Amino acid sequence: MTLLETSGLTRHFKVGTGLSRRLLHAVDEVDLTIGEREIVALVGESGSGKSTLARLIAQVYKPSAGEIRYQGRPLSALRGRRDRLAYRGDVPMVFQDPFSSLNPAYRVSHGILRSLTLHRPELSRAQRDTEAERVVEAVGLTPAADVLDRYPYELSGGQRQRIGFAQALAHRPKLILADEPVSMLDVSIRIGLLNVMAELRENEGVSFLYITHDIASARYLSDRIVVMYGGHVVETGPTEELLARPRHPYTELLLSAVPDPRAPLDVDAATAKADPPVVIDPVPSCRFRARCPLAEDICHRVTPRLQPVGPEHTAACHVTAPGTAT
Amino acid sequence: MPEPLLSVRDLSVVYETVRGPVTAVDNLQLEVGEGEFAAVVGESGCGKSTLLFAIAGLLNPPARIASGSVLFRGADLVTMTERELNELRWRDYSVVLQSAMNALNPVATLAAQYKDAMVAHGTHTKEEIHARSMEVLRLVGIDPVHLRSYPHQLSGGMRQRAMIAMALLLAPDLVIMDEPTSALDVVAQRSLMVQIKELQQLLGFAVVFVTHDMSLVSHFSDQLLVMYAGQVVEQGPTRTVFDSPSHPYSRGLLEAFPSIRGPRVPLRGIPGSPPDLAAPPPGCRFHPRCPLVFDRCDTVPPALYEVGAAYSRCLLHAPAAREVTS
Repeated sequence: MTLLETSGLTRHFKVGTGLSRRLLHAVDEVDLTIGEREIVALVGESGSGKSTLARLIAQVYKPSAGEIRYQGRPLSALRGRRDRLAYRGDVPMVFQDPFSSLNPAYRVSHGILRSLTLHRPELSRAQRDTEAERVVEAVGLTPAADVLDRYPYELSGGQRQRIGFAQALAHRPKLILADEPVSMLDVSIRIGLLNVMAELRENEGVSFLYITHDIASARYLSDRIVVMYGGHVVETGPTEELLARPRHPYTELLLSAVPDPRAPLDVDAATAKADPPVVIDPVPSCRFRARCPLAEDICHRVTPRLQPVGPEHTAACHVTAPGTAT
Repeated sequence: MPEPLLSVRDLSVVYETVRGPVTAVDNLQLEVGEGEFAAVVGESGCGKSTLLFAIAGLLNPPARIASGSVLFRGADLVTMTERELNELRWRDYSVVLQSAMNALNPVATLAAQYKDAMVAHGTHTKEEIHARSMEVLRLVGIDPVHLRSYPHQLSGGMRQRAMIAMALLLAPDLVIMDEPTSALDVVAQRSLMVQIKELQQLLGFAVVFVTHDMSLVSHFSDQLLVMYAGQVVEQGPTRTVFDSPSHPYSRGLLEAFPSIRGPRVPLRGIPGSPPDLAAPPPGCRFHPRCPLVFDRCDTVPPALYEVGAAYSRCLLHAPAAREVTS
């Protein structure tokens, strides 16, 4: 069942003033659905708009156009503090940097207990303490009472990030927006965190929007992958299907760039040459055209739309996924 | 055998803290030949950056070199005065630091910064400086018009390449790199690695490359050192270590990467987190996290034992004779 759905979601930022005023298209017409108990990976390079998309869903930014529907209800229809608070409790965010996202002046219990007070006022103090211990144990930190009593500086990066998830879990969330949650962690403990996310889905029934630039970890964790480039969704599909038959040239480039010690090296520096896409006052066109080995005339004139290329698999490319509309 | 370019012998680095000395690099040996690519991998806090700073002569109190020598073309960098080191820096060896944004001067153009380095080493004519600056920028694939740019006008990848260009200004024999790619996304990372390797083959300098991401160097380095808690736990030709890792820690690191090919298998990573260097575990420092731990691991500190072409610091590889005496 669909939990959250965006349609035509767009966010532009104004840059410059006066005559040099221009529009930066951070996210352009994104249709995204996240089902219940589903883990969707949002993959793309820095500047592709994936964090902006997460912030739109978290209501940090207001959309310039388009709509987000949560459990069938548009977010723009949320009225009053109670509705918004309920939504924020249902859809919390976990941040990239575990070193700056916890308040160093308070014990670990502080953040968890505060969100319990705020989002679940029906609990008594004793119930809050029990619940705090439960969520800390759910993310694999034991003994929970001991961990709750510590200050963030006493915890390692991996432990802090687990606390980030415990805080989100305290709200009894439906969907956790995880923005690059493991990219700042050491390689040996990343897998542990990915496993925590998988367990939370199994045991607590939480959905995830997992934002990453690492397509290998996206494969490890997700049911479905959404690839973004320059503010557009360029390809989306069930994880294994998309990786086995990537249709968009950018997805192929991403896949070829993954360092894999078990595979021989096959890359030439030319295609990997990273010119960022033009997202300030873009003209209708494919935003990947400058780096694309397949670019044709039409790619410079018409923005490609997502076309079905397989079961639940869509790609936006004039060459590999030609549509009926031109 | 010809003298190696860089020979690090019995190097120990100690941080003087209020709780007593903490050994961050423990009795390390490393030889790098002309034009060789040596990679040092390990988690945060394993001493890899301290090692690199020690080699480059950049340690500041409370860190100090407790013992050992760093021989560069036979001359000991450890006992040199600051003035003698200044002669060598940039000209004979140069350092590329992790964060190019912080390493470049934000209020000076690239041209001005390149000029500083060249003037300090005796190049005086404007034409020479300009010609060489343009040449190194072209080498790293940046349009020479950017000589007039300030660091903030360049993208992250370009800044990092501009740093590498600066390191190549005076054609050094050794370039020391501290995670130059860690701030970049996958595609830019891969393209930078390919570029470093191409430059290395073209210009023939040797590289000491520090990274936490083992898979990154798999196709690029000749020699690999795996560090854990201040010690080298495995050292050998890169291909050997990747194809048949001897130490349980290196094996764990390699198995911590999800793959984009082959079957999707659950991974465990390495449980626990790296030890506190102020109070390392007795015996083998890895034993609390090791899947193959046996009875003597917590009492007998292992040495580096020869395993085929590589060396491993694990009691499983101790020769039988030595096992009895220890």
